[in-house]
Amino acid sequence: MMWLSPSEGEALHLSLSVAARSVALSLPAAILLAWVLTRRRFVGHTLLDAFVHLPLVLPPVVVGYLLLVLFGARGPIGSWLERALGVELIFTRNGAALATAVMSFPLMVRAMRLSLENVDRGLEEAARTLGAGAIDRFATITLPLMLPGVLAGAITAFSAALGEFGAVITFVSNIPGETRTLPLALYTALQTPGGDTAAARLAFISFVLGLSGLLLSEWFARRVRRMLGR
Amino acid sequence: MLSVTVKKRRGSFSLDAHFELPTPGVVALFGRSGCGKSTLVNAIAGLLDADSGRVALDDIVLLDTEQRLYVPPEHRRIGYVFQDARLFPHMSVAANLKYGERRAPSQRFVSLDTVAALLDLGPLMGRRTHQLSGGERQRVAIGRALLSQPRLLLLDEPLAALDAARRDEVLPYLESLRDQLAIPMVYVSHDFDEVLRLATHVVLMESGKTIAQGGVGEMSLNRGLRSIIGADAVGAIVDGTVLGMDPASGLMRVKLGHGELKVEAANFAVGAKLRVQLLARDLIVATQAPQHLSVRNILTGVITTVASDDTDSDLVAIDIGGTAIMARVTKAATRALALQPGLPAWALVKAVSLRGHSFAAPPATSIARRGA
Repeated sequence: MMWLSPSEGEALHLSLSVAARSVALSLPAAILLAWVLTRRRFVGHTLLDAFVHLPLVLPPVVVGYLLLVLFGARGPIGSWLERALGVELIFTRNGAALATAVMSFPLMVRAMRLSLENVDRGLEEAARTLGAGAIDRFATITLPLMLPGVLAGAITAFSAALGEFGAVITFVSNIPGETRTLPLALYTALQTPGGDTAAARLAFISFVLGLSGLLLSEWFARRVRRMLGR
Repeated sequence: MLSVTVKKRRGSFSLDAHFELPTPGVVALFGRSGCGKSTLVNAIAGLLDADSGRVALDDIVLLDTEQRLYVPPEHRRIGYVFQDARLFPHMSVAANLKYGERRAPSQRFVSLDTVAALLDLGPLMGRRTHQLSGGERQRVAIGRALLSQPRLLLLDEPLAALDAARRDEVLPYLESLRDQLAIPMVYVSHDFDEVLRLATHVVLMESGKTIAQGGVGEMSLNRGLRSIIGADAVGAIVDGTVLGMDPASGLMRVKLGHGELKVEAANFAVGAKLRVQLLARDLIVATQAPQHLSVRNILTGVITTVASDDTDSDLVAIDIGGTAIMARVTKAATRALALQPGLPAWALVKAVSLRGHSFAAPPATSIARRGA
């Protein structure tokens, strides 16, 4: 990438890396939660639903702060992770991925739920009479049929992760080469005297990245629809 | 023997059903739409939780609420053909067919080749499910259910969503299924023609209750049937034996009871079982041996019952030697001929009126118990 400066390349690469980690981290949990929220009725359903949607309405700074409290070096989960697994979140790109995952989680779950609601439960019943147990049914019928939603959710979440700012800067700060993703780099450029050109270039990169994401997702959706015979 | 007892309450609807089917055989659950047939079938499959009940197939108990025994649908080994086929849209026809087969126990009674031949599925194999016609979809659904090696096959109005032509296309496949695989079937229908073509037994249902059950012949005389199928469709269904072709008329000679009937039908082999529907409205009753008539079909017997059918007609049942037939006559005729039980009678039926009312009967092994 000749036309990008080293710091721009680094920010772009870091953004993609953080977004990919974020999607990988949240995808299984989002599928599980979408299924639970769509197919199960239980006490606390509404509360769980609200909790999942919380990052949509909370200021990102609050989410970042809560992550610091829970996952920080002295936080109950953060200290355990470091002791038991040697995973450090604070000031790292894994931490940035966690912050973006939490922020984009509701978008992902929403897309999957929409798709799952359209899966004909009669087909699952048919699979059941053909001898398929619960996990088997989910893997061979439900999941393939909700795939459009899973893909849409993953792509939306990936795009949102590329642009997450508030939660990231609050939780893992703004460290070049580790947590300074595109939006953070853009913010830094704006804070630097004479950084206008750099800011414009970063904004343009974000623009191209977003557009490609949308086009790619449309192309994917068409392929999946054809595969499902629609 | 399939034995089913199911009770279920849901809102204002309550299901209270009990029936038994000697196996192998085809029992038709027959009744108006909304009488609980599908609910009952879902309970047999295990897709619906019964409040109480027992479902057993031979010595295998699938549900017994008293013993707190519930075998989940995926372990019942009951094939289910739904009204809307429910083929998996993301799989090819072949993958749909193999879905159940892959999950079936290792001892198989029917192979993919057999099923493909029986249902003529070869040409459909490579297609996607959305490229199939309604009739083809149902054939694939039936094949898929069979390949899961079921102990029992449930068919919930498999032809209801099809037009008349498609229905006639699928029915012969169902007949060959019945005759060539000794698998017990529960067939839900609100179309009496399908029952006539396929069933060995009939269970009549009305507002969630099983009101009568028995062999097809016996049930064709049941009074509960009239309100569902209408007065004009009432008539005895009799399984006879083909004696051969009558060279003069080109009609098939069929032994019914101790009499004989000439029927317009396809060429059946001598000794084959032929099912004939004798509509009550088409039968003429005489109390003396009739002479000088164009009618070729005269069955002799003894009147067993004379029952009022509506304000001005009676239904007269005549035993023609182990089987009964039924004629509708006016009340005036009942009085004029002094029709009453015990009286010898001659039943006249025009060969022409039997056109389209004779079919291959189920094999003898699965025919109803007699004289019940």
